[in-house]
Amino acid sequence: MPDQPPIVQFRAVDKRFGDGPPVLAGIDFDVAAGEFVSLIGPSGCGKSTLLRLASALSPATSGEVRVDGTTPARAREHLAYVFQEPTLLPWLTAARNVELPLRLRGVPAAERQARARGLLALVRLGGAAAYYPRQLSGGMKMRVSIARALSREPRILLLDEPFGALDEITRNHLNEELLGWRAKAPFTALFVTHSVAEAVFLSSRILVMAANPGRIHAAVPVAFPYPRDAALREQPAYFAKVAEVSHLLHAAEGAAA
Amino acid sequence: MRRRDGLLWLAPVVSGALFLALWEAVRAASGLQSWILPTPGEILAAAWTEQATLLAAAGRTAVGALGGFLAAAVAGLVIALGLGGARWLRTGLYPWLLILQMTPVIVLAPIIVLWAGPGLPGIITVTFLISFFPIVGNTTQGLLSADAHGVDLFQLYGATRLQEVRLLRLPSALPYFLAGLRIAATLAPIGAIFGEYLVGNEAGGTGGLGFLVYSYNVQIKIPALFATAAISCLLGFVFVAAVAWLNWLLLHQWHDSFERKDR
Repeated sequence: MPDQPPIVQFRAVDKRFGDGPPVLAGIDFDVAAGEFVSLIGPSGCGKSTLLRLASALSPATSGEVRVDGTTPARAREHLAYVFQEPTLLPWLTAARNVELPLRLRGVPAAERQARARGLLALVRLGGAAAYYPRQLSGGMKMRVSIARALSREPRILLLDEPFGALDEITRNHLNEELLGWRAKAPFTALFVTHSVAEAVFLSSRILVMAANPGRIHAAVPVAFPYPRDAALREQPAYFAKVAEVSHLLHAAEGAAA
Repeated sequence: MRRRDGLLWLAPVVSGALFLALWEAVRAASGLQSWILPTPGEILAAAWTEQATLLAAAGRTAVGALGGFLAAAVAGLVIALGLGGARWLRTGLYPWLLILQMTPVIVLAPIIVLWAGPGLPGIITVTFLISFFPIVGNTTQGLLSADAHGVDLFQLYGATRLQEVRLLRLPSALPYFLAGLRIAATLAPIGAIFGEYLVGNEAGGTGGLGFLVYSYNVQIKIPALFATAAISCLLGFVFVAAVAWLNWLLLHQWHDSFERKDR
């Protein structure tokens, strides 16, 4: 498709809460359909706020946010969000949690149950459908949370540090699997993280942010071809990219006045 | 230590038995009359002779208590939904509910008799007034305590207001509602007996446990009065046990207040 418009577009976006100092200032970037863009930066640089603007959970103070060629509120139909905490409803089983977005849309029970089964199988939790969240480990809960997001068949998936609370081994596995799920159910990803290694492994592009006020310090393309697997983490080119992004991140922290 | 935990249930039995033995000993040593301090044995005997009266009275009290309790549960939930749903209702009504709660029911008794009439309607009203506030307060708190990200999620995924209440806020509030019910369950039998004492003795009085308290007191049947107290305790226990069972039924699978079986 020639000249496809960007699926996410931030134009001179500022954000402040009440009379406080600006949280985000002069945010300007595009995400093309099919990209995997990570936002990385020090705490308080407004990464999560940026996702909230993209999903109309919070309005921009000035500037323009466009998603899927329209306003964030209108684009919600094609958007899904994965929070830092799995945010599962504890009184629903894993399967019922995955079904929830479909239930809210009024999809008939038989159809949504079938789709939940398929999604749980995709995230390798086919056997845990009847479990309640408290019976699941942190990694399993996050799988359910992602399956729930995928049930909406989103064009855009916003992920706010989804693996931040997990141990490194689980996180690495989930990183690899996330790319696998994306190959089966393609979505454009906007991914917030604190981990340089994770950002390099997943992304086609990394936006390095600086704080006070939150702004984009640098954009780093990551050219490793997809599909990527665990072997990528052992390659010198991967180390070099991690070093490059780490260096930029330090510089961004230094730039915070 | 672990092995002894198995016998832990014996502890209240032992302490109860010791208490009764002490009671008998105090009575024997002090030489007090039966009408000042009856022994457990005398109370049991009185309960036996008065069993028909006591059981009938307990039944009547149970009806009043249950009526007031159910009314409090339903009205409490409805009022909480209003308070939880609209800030202006919350700020507008809560102070007055609090003031109503602070007003001693004994002061309202004549008005209640005047408006609701003596007998069961008055008793149910008194029970309701005593037990509805914990349900309203707790449930409102629960409706407002839904996880913030959960609320975001419902908003993001286009949930209607009704869906948000039904699928998110009400289930979030369920443990709070049940905690309110548990408090109300301890209050309802007390409320009913108090109601019978206050408004149940008028013309057409229903003769529940509250009436027996009055009647045995006047007749100086003190062991029977103690037996009435014991039956009242039992009635309260039945109410609390019923709510505990409901709480288990609705929460044990998912709520953190219940132990996981696989731990």
